[in-house]
Amino acid sequence: MEETLEKKEKILSAADIRTTFHTHGRTVQAVRGVSLYVESGEILAVVGESGSGKSVLMKSVMGLMPDNAEVKADEITFDGQDMLAMDPEQLRKMRGKEIAMIFQDPMTALNPLKTIGSHLMEVLKRHRGMDKEAARKEAVSVLNQVGIPSPEKRLGQYPHEFSGGMRQRVLIAMALCCRPKLLIADEPTTALDVTIQAQILDLLKSLQEETGMSIILITHDLGVVASLSHRIAVMYGGLLMEEGTTEEIFYSPKHPYTRALLHAVPKPHSGGKERLEPIPGMAPSLINPPSGCPFAERCKFACEDCRKEIPQYRTYSETQRAMCIYSGEELDHKEGEVESHG
Amino acid sequence: MMKEKRNKDKSIRIDSVKLALKHDKAAVISLILLGIIILFALLAPFLPMEPNATDIANRLKEPSLTHWFGTDEVGRDYFARVIYGGRVSLIVAFLAMLTSLTIGVAAGTIAGLTGGIVDMILMRIVDILHSIPWMVLVTVVSIFLKPGIQSIILVIGLFTWMEIARLVRAETLSLKEREFILYAGFSGVSKWKIIISHIIPSVFPTIIVAATTSMANAIMTESSLSFLGVGIQQPMSSWGSLLQNAQGTMQNSFHMALIPGLLIIITIFAFNKLGNLLRVYVEPKVMSGEKE
Amino acid sequence: MARYILKRILTAIPMVLLITVLCFALMHFAPYDAIDAMTTPKMSQETINLIKAKYGYDQPVYVQYVRWLDGIMNGNFGYSIVTKQSIAADLAVRLPNTVKLVLPAFITAYILAVVLGLIAGANKNKKADKIIDAVSSVGIAVPSFWFAMLLIFALGYKLKLLPIVGMHAVGKESSITDFLKHFIMPFLTLTVSFMPANIKFVRSSTLTQFSEDYVLVQRAFGATKSEIMFKHVCKNVLLPVITRLGMALPLLVTGAIITESVFSWPGVGPYFIKAIQGMDYPIVMIILVLSSTMVILGNLLSDILYCLIDPRIKEMG
Repeated sequence: MEETLEKKEKILSAADIRTTFHTHGRTVQAVRGVSLYVESGEILAVVGESGSGKSVLMKSVMGLMPDNAEVKADEITFDGQDMLAMDPEQLRKMRGKEIAMIFQDPMTALNPLKTIGSHLMEVLKRHRGMDKEAARKEAVSVLNQVGIPSPEKRLGQYPHEFSGGMRQRVLIAMALCCRPKLLIADEPTTALDVTIQAQILDLLKSLQEETGMSIILITHDLGVVASLSHRIAVMYGGLLMEEGTTEEIFYSPKHPYTRALLHAVPKPHSGGKERLEPIPGMAPSLINPPSGCPFAERCKFACEDCRKEIPQYRTYSETQRAMCIYSGEELDHKEGEVESHG
Repeated sequence: MMKEKRNKDKSIRIDSVKLALKHDKAAVISLILLGIIILFALLAPFLPMEPNATDIANRLKEPSLTHWFGTDEVGRDYFARVIYGGRVSLIVAFLAMLTSLTIGVAAGTIAGLTGGIVDMILMRIVDILHSIPWMVLVTVVSIFLKPGIQSIILVIGLFTWMEIARLVRAETLSLKEREFILYAGFSGVSKWKIIISHIIPSVFPTIIVAATTSMANAIMTESSLSFLGVGIQQPMSSWGSLLQNAQGTMQNSFHMALIPGLLIIITIFAFNKLGNLLRVYVEPKVMSGEKE
Repeated sequence: MARYILKRILTAIPMVLLITVLCFALMHFAPYDAIDAMTTPKMSQETINLIKAKYGYDQPVYVQYVRWLDGIMNGNFGYSIVTKQSIAADLAVRLPNTVKLVLPAFITAYILAVVLGLIAGANKNKKADKIIDAVSSVGIAVPSFWFAMLLIFALGYKLKLLPIVGMHAVGKESSITDFLKHFIMPFLTLTVSFMPANIKFVRSSTLTQFSEDYVLVQRAFGATKSEIMFKHVCKNVLLPVITRLGMALPLLVTGAIITESVFSWPGVGPYFIKAIQGMDYPIVMIILVLSSTMVILGNLLSDILYCLIDPRIKEMG
């Protein structure tokens, strides 16, 4: 993908987000200081395992965390507006209108007792003040946009009359209703069949090209984002391990976790000769997070210092940085050693 | 690693229960009171109380220092009568609960494991029993049996097993598919052994919770039946029959009606709270945000 | 959908028949029967046989059953052993009295329960919820007859405000005020006994709805709290609430046995209890059949309502 030379506007800019929540008398530190940004018109993929904090991160930005959660941040700016200074009512008005979010399980995301039409028209009425007729027309048009056939008929149907993939399209349509500047898609394809996955991802890509909106795509599957995203952010244990353009991440990853993830993903061009290596071990506890690098437990190259305190970020380019005690070159050496012994 | 996980699990459960208790003072108080009531009921024969000593000169006295709960219409110490009444109520409820539990667990496991016709028949029986309003059913059957403590235990036990059977059957059905049951079946282990060594431990948490609900219901049922005159008969008395008795002298001696009623409320309330706590222990709710 | 309803009706009929058979069998094998009530040990066997033949007790069991069933279908519910009066005539007076008490109490209780349950669910863990939950938790532990006694003591004895027995003062049968005076305490007792369990049901249903994914999605699209409550959660909670109404049908016959007994309200309750205590089988049988039929009809009604209201099931019919 070619980079344009002009400096792009940042649609979302967040600094040092920390989210904790209290449950069962315990405190869970789900997000422990993450900063990231999304540029106007780009697709940012946030990649991480279950428990890495990626969903909580986005819900925190949107103000969708439950009451027992505490969200702190140094900055959350969206489209020039300071989200931290907004009251709940202002935030609410933005949701669905300027930022839209769709979730993982389309089967339970729609109210089974209300028609698809009423779902869509509710959003249109709320954010664009449309009357019934206008809302209907727009709903049909948006269903067309996401590739649902016979939209007029479909408006009067109920969610159980749609398959999983179709429901996800409906949710994307709901998101598009108000032409948001940013769409956050939280694992939109995880609950769907592989063939449908591809369709939904293609849909997202073409919508992005059509409308110019930015997309944050949350996923645990690095393979999915290769042809889709412009930039990638890798999360682990509530922290951002590495971020960079898709090319940088795939062709010169600088963090052991990113590298391990790549080893675990089959690459179509390798001719079947690579060895897939799953990452041994389990994700760290977020209740008593380790004091050092969260990946140290499972990292091939970890040393004592890694466990002492959280490493600083090393910057490799305007777009790439990684949180590791070792530099990319040092990691290359170490990998070479391992291979020659191994 | 598995042991660590199990210990972590257990400590989450205990912490959840502690948290639930912290937020629910009423539960704590009622459980303490229940403990006291049960203690008194158990120790009754060893305490210096005379539930049957009449003293007409001192009848219908209000609660005082000599008679903590006052006296009844023939001058008997009401505190003693209430404690002994509680003894009967609690014993009946306990035995009825055991009966209900035994039938329910047996029916549920057999229906779940055997399936087919046996299952269908059992479910039909449950349907039919559900079709008759419970109050009507229980009163009707009670006239067939000689009135008394055994019949009432039987009657309550016989008509409350259905809910437990349903729960146990559902669990059994889902366990049936799991491999260790299949393996046990293949290797020729007898059905009863499978039930006892595999199914019951898994179903145990459900049973325990159901037991507390069953106790609460049994106390209410026995009180209602005794109040209507179809339950515990003289010379025995339970809280329900004490209440029925109190109707006659309510106008001037309300303490006779007030006290057994309060005890019934405390007892049922406490058992329900106990059930809630056990439910928390058995299934602490999934931590919000766990699905990432 | 019509097919489903038809199927349900067809399965309900055998159930009702089965119940009648069971009830009849139950009574037939009772240790004491109608003949024993009418004869003394001194009578000769001949006299006893004559009496038996007169009332049809010499016929084989199934013939007796068929005759009994036939009688019911034609409105002849038999006669009380004790009073010799027509059961149908008795019930024609008693049933309306019970309905007059149960219907208003149940409707009031149900509506209040729905409102309180929704309020509790919408304010999870806040003051309103804590109070409502605590009150309903205590409520299910309170025996209705004890509450009745409380009311009688407070309003009847102490304050002497209201009469404590019966439905009418003698001679005032047509006075509405008199009826209301007699009505209030049993009405309150019944309402208070119906509410707690229903409050818990509605509250738990509301809490479940609020934790569903679609609510999160609505929040993500900017819905206000009241939009979520009234346009979404309410509907989903009311669905099972309305369909459960069918199960209230049997209450119209036997829902107030205890309350009616305490207040000597001339309904089906005391009639039934007296029959039980006096071993008056024909009455007990009829009430058994009647109430069970109501249960089955009630379930049928619930299922049909579900079919009509829930869009997911409309299709499958």
